[in-house]
Parts: sequence; structure tokens; C-alpha cells
Amino acid sequence: MSKEYETVIGLEVHVELATKTKIFCSCSTAFGSAPNTHTCPVCTGMPGSLPVLNKKVVEYAMAVGVATNCQINQYSKFDRKNYFYPDNPQNYQISQLYLPICHDGGIEIETEMGSKTIGIHEIHMEEDAGKLVHDDWEEVSLVDYNRSGVPLIEIVSEPDMRSAEEVIAYLDKLRMIIQYLGASDCKMQEGSMRADVNLSVREKGAAEFGTRTEMKNIGSFKAIARAIEAETARQIDLLASGEKVVQETRRWNDEEGYSYAMRSKEDAQDYRYFPEPDLVPIIISDEWLQEIRDKQPELRDEKMKRYVEEFDLPKYDAKILTSVKKLADLFEETTALCGKPKKVSNWLMGETMRLLKEHEMDAEDISFSPTNLAKIIAFTEDGTINGTVAKEVFEQVFIKDIDVAKYIEEHGLKTVHDEGALRETVAKVIAENPKSVEDYRNGKEKAIGFLVGQTMKAMKGKANPGMVNKILKEML
Amino acid sequence: MEQVEKKVDVKAGKNDISDETMEYVGILAKLELSKEEKAAAKKDMEKMLDYIDTLNELDTSGIEPMSHVFAMDNVFREDIVEDVDGGEDTLANAPERRERAFVVPKTVDQ
Repeated sequence: MSKEYETVIGLEVHVELATKTKIFCSCSTAFGSAPNTHTCPVCTGMPGSLPVLNKKVVEYAMAVGVATNCQINQYSKFDRKNYFYPDNPQNYQISQLYLPICHDGGIEIETEMGSKTIGIHEIHMEEDAGKLVHDDWEEVSLVDYNRSGVPLIEIVSEPDMRSAEEVIAYLDKLRMIIQYLGASDCKMQEGSMRADVNLSVREKGAAEFGTRTEMKNIGSFKAIARAIEAETARQIDLLASGEKVVQETRRWNDEEGYSYAMRSKEDAQDYRYFPEPDLVPIIISDEWLQEIRDKQPELRDEKMKRYVEEFDLPKYDAKILTSVKKLADLFEETTALCGKPKKVSNWLMGETMRLLKEHEMDAEDISFSPTNLAKIIAFTEDGTINGTVAKEVFEQVFIKDIDVAKYIEEHGLKTVHDEGALRETVAKVIAENPKSVEDYRNGKEKAIGFLVGQTMKAMKGKANPGMVNKILKEML
Repeated sequence: MEQVEKKVDVKAGKNDISDETMEYVGILAKLELSKEEKAAAKKDMEKMLDYIDTLNELDTSGIEPMSHVFAMDNVFREDIVEDVDGGEDTLANAPERRERAFVVPKTVDQ
């Protein structure tokens, strides 16, 4: 009988904070400028330069710590991590080893197996490195230090995850919390959220952990899931054939679907940490900590609960609407304007999602105003426009955020309530479609649908479908 | 206080550093040392370790580890951009450049 194995996973997640300036100097963190534009003696490690800590970094780190149920170290300090690499002009990274700002927290995740708490070992503040671009033709790399000194927090989990599904649920939850706090946009594809995966396998029921490997900087949720599956299989193969797993750092190649060891003397993992002499300790008073606690916004779980209780929304709606902060904000603002939460929810979950997909956009990219969606809902409710027209108008709102009232007026889209005109059209449709009329009279209920459609077409879509139905039934 | 004021008496020759350790420290520091340099550095480092041993003789129980020499804390900056394009000054140090980037030997091996 073959043995059963269990995968044990811990994550190190790096998140770029949404500050305007770098962690230790006043250089801009703006993305997309020409290489080395946002650099100065501090973020390029010139001798004699003096780093000064950005207060906002401490506040974001504290906010994330509070939101992930961590203890806050009210006495915290920085350390130097020494290594040589061209992306690191100082030859050391300023980080926190001995007294990280947050420790011993955890967040709850939901998977098909139920809910589970994933422990957070610590969160520390550190600086990002520069960016290396590898030349395709020559044996050279190009270095851009714009990112050097951009503030990061590293969130180190406990080895509490047992599957790719749990890892994705944990990352998703973290991302949501941090986005809601406004501490980062957490875009994996742009590198503002990056994950290192520590993974080992062991026989089910074993007390000790197996030897782990680390896979660095994997670029998307899907790639992480694939890397976990492949690394689990590789380690089980080794153990099953009596070989040993070597503790090492591996690089995941997502295109090829395999990982390889980055084995070299040059990669010696010996960072010779020591206390950073250029920065003084951070002392967080009770008052400061309380101030951060008081400023915490409503997070997703609370919002989801409130939507069900306050707006009487189905749990499913609440879950989708809160899955992206932008969507939740739109929902709340539109509901405040029109007072119809379920209608707002339907528009966001139905047409909005459909159009996002059609235009290959993310919910974050939505640009229409809550006022216009509220108007569409109000005009549909009071019968000014019918459902079909509403969808047509909404599409314009979605694309260009047009003025709804003006658009309806200019395009003559108001529903016709003139019963006389409607009766005339219905009579004409009945006269022109004897076959359908006969079918209906012979008991084929469905035939009326065709007649309603023909009437709507004749009225250029502007009739009230309920009224058309009623008149048709009368006249048949 | 009496202990602290005691004249430091380094006990020479207690620590031996192996050649492997010297090699490893050289790799970490990215230094290529000649045979003579290695021998001299080894002697210096052994002396340093001897000195640490002397320090270790002090009774430091009940003393908080010091993380900084100045009695200062909470020195912060506000998050306000004071950005001048520092690119040319930064690139003035580049042994080789291409447009606005540093050029270095390729850092990935594939």
C-alpha cells in the first residue's frame, strides 16, 4: 500500500505600501517613470547619506497588523540584512529581524473544507530593491533604482496551510484586507503583492515537518497553485523512492511548468544581520495605537454581514459586492441615492459584470457615477423607461458615464403609456400574424410571446411590456 | 561600575579560525584575498574574537540590550514628495550605462 502524504505550506508575502514617497527618503514612488529618475543619495546607498523613516509606513504597517489580529510591538527597530546583488546599491537591505512591528496574529479563511485560522508569525517593514531588466541579446542586465527604497511590509505566515486552495484563500483574504485599508493596491501582475512559498511534505500523521524548499516571487494566483501542485508531486516522488528533499531555494518557471534549484555558493543564505545604526527605535504609545484602531475602516467581513442585515440582501449578493472595494463603494453610494439596495445589487451583479467581462476590464476600472445608475433605477421604477431601454442606456453609462435624463430625452426612449396608440399597434400586429393568433387560440400559450415581441418591435422598444401583454390578451 | 572601568586585558591566542571559515567569510564579503592577506585577516579576526571573549567576562545580567547609541526615538518624515530628478547624479557613478540605466553583467543564468 502506498503511503499518504500531507503538504505543509507557509507563505512570505511582500506588499508594496501605497505611500507617495519612499520609506527612508522623499523620492516619489510613482510607477512608470524613466529609469533612475526617482533616486537620491539615500535610496542609492551613497556613503554619508542618512535615512529618515516615513511615518505613514509605520501607520500602514500598524493598520495591517491590527486588521490581521496581530500584537503590535510598541518598541520596534530596524536591522541590516547584508547581501550583494546589483539590485541592492547599499549592499544591505534595511529590514526588521529582532523586533518586527507586528507579531502573533492570524486571519480566518473559508474553503470548501470549512473555515480555518491561518496564523501570522510576524509582519515587518523593509525597503524594496531596484529592478533588473535582462537583455535578450547581450549578456547584460539593466538596473533601474526607482523602486529601490519603496516601502514594503513582509507578512510571514505560520506553516498552517495544507493545500493550494488554502493558500489562494489566504492570499485573497489578505489582499482584500489590505485593499480595504487602502494600504496597497495589491496587484500581483504589477508586483505590488508578491509571494514566496515555503513547502514541505510529510507522511500523514507525522509529528515533525519534512525538509522544506522555498519558491520565490511567483507572479499570479494561478501560477502559485500550479507551483504548489508541481512541488508537492516532486517532493512526494523523492520521498517515495527513498531519496531526501534538499533544503534549497527553487525558481518556478510557469511557462514550462517546473521548478529548478538556484544552487550556488554565491547564494549563501547568511545575511549577517545587525542593528541598523542609522535609524533610531520606534516607540508606539498607547495613544498612537488607539488612534490607528479608531481609524480602521469597515473591513470586508463586517461589510458582508451588514449588507445582509441592513439591506436585506442575499448572502451571495453581499459576498460578490464586497469582493472588490470599488464595487462595495458603488453599491453603497448608489443605494444611498435611490434607496433600492436589491435593484442596485442586481445592476452591479448582472449588467455591470457582463459588461466588465465583455470589455475585459476589472471592477477597479469602473468609471461610471453612482448618480447615473441611481437615475436609471428611478426611471425604471416610475415607468419612464422599460427594462430593455434601461439596459441600453446603462451600456452608455458604463462606457461614457453619459447624462441619463438627457440621453433618454434626446433619443426619444421614454416608454409610451398612450393606450390608444398601443391598441392600434396591437390590432395591426394581430391582423398581420394570423398564424400565431390561431396557435394562441388553439391553446399554444407561448405564441403570445411572439406577438408581444412584434408589438414591441413596432413600438421601437418603447412600450410597457406589461401593458402590451394585457392588451393582447384582451384583444385575442 | 568597577568592572566596567577595569583595564581591558585581551587574552591572546584563545580563538582559532579555520581556513574554511576564512574562505566562507571571503565569499560572503565578495573579497578575493591573496595568501598573505588571508593570513593577516585571519590574525586580525582571531584578535577580535579574543576581545569579544574579554567582553563576555562582564556580568551583563539585568542590563537591557542596547539597540542604539543615542538616547533618541521616533524620528520621522511626513509622506511628502520632494523629488528632483536625481537620475544624472545617480548615473554619474555608473561604470557603464545605457540611456538612463546602469549596465551590469547578466544576473540570471539560464
